Amino acid sequence: MGDQEPAPGTAMAGDEIIVCRDVHKWFGQHHVLRGIDLTVRTGEVVVIFGPSGSGKSTFIRTINRLEEHQRGQIIVDGIELSDDLRNIAAIRSEIGMVFQSFNLFPHLTALQNVTLAPIKVRHWARDRAEHEAMELLTRVGIPEQAHKYPAQLSGGQQQRVALARALAMQPKIMLFDEPTSALDPEMISEVLDVMRELAQSGMTMLCVTHEMGFARAVCSRMAFFDQGQIVELGPPWQIFDAPKHERTKRFLSQILH
Amino acid sequence: MTAEGERWLPPPDMSLGRRAWLRQNLFNSWWSSVVTVALGALLLWATVRIGAWAISEARWGVVTANLRLFLVGLYPADQVWRVWLGLTGLSVLGGVAAAVYRGGAVRTLAFWLAASQVLLAGLAAVSELGLVAALALLLNVGATWAAWAAARRLPIAGRALAAAWLVYLVLALILLAGVGGPLPVVGTNVWGGLLLTFLLAVAGIILSFPIGVLLALGRRSDLPAVRVFSTAFIEVVRGVPLVTILFMAAIMLPLFLPGEIRVEHVIRATAGITLFSAAYVAENVRGGLQAIPSGQYEAAHAIGLNAVQTNLHIILPQALRSVIPANVGLFISLLKDTTLVTIGAGLLEILGIGRAVLAQPEWFGAQMEVYLFIAAVFFVLSYTLSQASYRLEAALGVGKR
Repeated sequence: MGDQEPAPGTAMAGDEIIVCRDVHKWFGQHHVLRGIDLTVRTGEVVVIFGPSGSGKSTFIRTINRLEEHQRGQIIVDGIELSDDLRNIAAIRSEIGMVFQSFNLFPHLTALQNVTLAPIKVRHWARDRAEHEAMELLTRVGIPEQAHKYPAQLSGGQQQRVALARALAMQPKIMLFDEPTSALDPEMISEVLDVMRELAQSGMTMLCVTHEMGFARAVCSRMAFFDQGQIVELGPPWQIFDAPKHERTKRFLSQILH
Repeated sequence: MTAEGERWLPPPDMSLGRRAWLRQNLFNSWWSSVVTVALGALLLWATVRIGAWAISEARWGVVTANLRLFLVGLYPADQVWRVWLGLTGLSVLGGVAAAVYRGGAVRTLAFWLAASQVLLAGLAAVSELGLVAALALLLNVGATWAAWAAARRLPIAGRALAAAWLVYLVLALILLAGVGGPLPVVGTNVWGGLLLTFLLAVAGIILSFPIGVLLALGRRSDLPAVRVFSTAFIEVVRGVPLVTILFMAAIMLPLFLPGEIRVEHVIRATAGITLFSAAYVAENVRGGLQAIPSGQYEAAHAIGLNAVQTNLHIILPQALRSVIPANVGLFISLLKDTTLVTIGAGLLEILGIGRAVLAQPEWFGAQMEVYLFIAAVFFVLSYTLSQASYRLEAALGVGKR
């Protein structure tokens, strides 16, 4: 680790909280990440977009070690990701993640989904965990669904429970892997509203999404992924209004028509 | 103006009257009428024949005269009260458990324990055991009911009850085996009959389940040594008949152990049954584990659960409830496979007792009666298990969520 990294756990607003240097990843012979460099500062919202198979999901999954990178360096809040199990546990407890297919635990109620990690990992008392969980469920707008099982909830409600579950660990960083792609159109906005509110509260967020309205309104920078590389990186006005790269232009024209 | 399409309509009445049902299902053509009448006649004839045999010809005395043998084997007659006392303890705890665990599965087990004791009391009343034994069995049923009624009004924690079960298991084994003094030692070699069948099955089920779960997890482990051991164990055990394992446990094990260590036959048979069953439990559970989507593991890891917590709180609860039907089927076949200890380990469980009874000169030719009785006993036990399993599935919502 170089001198420029801050001590673990002391990131202030504007500090570098995620540093990725020359990150490579292979699936068998297939080179899916080909040298990703990206630095994210505290409080930033970075939208990652690009064609399917471009490595964008794989990339954000390397940040909380759901996928292992095979070359390069990933430093999260001063802790470098390595095979050390303690480092992985420490980093995962600082990063929340929301998945495309929600991945709620179907045998637990919404409330139990949210309280599980605080009770088992943080060793909070049940009363405290449930109190905080109810506040989070209220924040995402579904306190009345607390005692229902995931199968009894709509897709939008499930995704909001998943958001509350991730927030329950009080993460410093939130990763979103296409959070609205599996939702019916009328449910997309209820999830995006919560994400927008979260961004305004100062959360550091990495979002893989093709919701360009959300990107333009909320994010500070956008990264266009293609074939395992970041082709273009810049603020939304530049990406939308003056893209420098031909491939970015072509992709945007396809999804914006 | 109300057009049809603008109204909410009640569903049409599709039910049939009794006559219409008969016509549609049994007599809807001349051919189906012939089949109905022919099969009906056959059924009637068989019922009359079997009924006549059972009432006038069968020598049920073979069962009533040997009831104690069938129930407890060669357990000394003056010590049989210890078995009854153990059964009373089971009845009381069963009643308490039925009140505490509201799922319905435990209630079903307690109900069938009581119901089979009523049946047994009827049998005992006309047997060599006499009215005293019948009364004792009925008192057990009363004890189940009283314990249930009392426990419903008391706040009993699940944990306290689990501890009580553990204490009961230890006490019941001490009671049966004896420690000397007022409780003379009764060697396990004379335990037999239904008592032995029941003990082997219960011990096999209770012990093989956790071992099987661990083997299933081991087979999917990232650690090569654990994976290879689990896989090898499962494949070897599944490739060998249970009788062979019992023979090996009974005859070959003593060859490997040092001379001064002597393991009793019952323990060896239990170990054989447990390890055999564990291999099958492991494969059932592995099937359940494979059905869990990888997103569940990812979500669990993402919120910071470690591997043990992920399995304990996320994966196993889902995997195990989806394999309840398969596992109960396995346990029913384990219950019936305990009969093999007669051949493989020389123990006299209920089938072995039946064969011993048939070897008595005065009961030559009473095979039908003996085997029907034993079949009925196994049916009641197996049916109890399968009923409890349906309740458990319903309570845990298999297939609903």
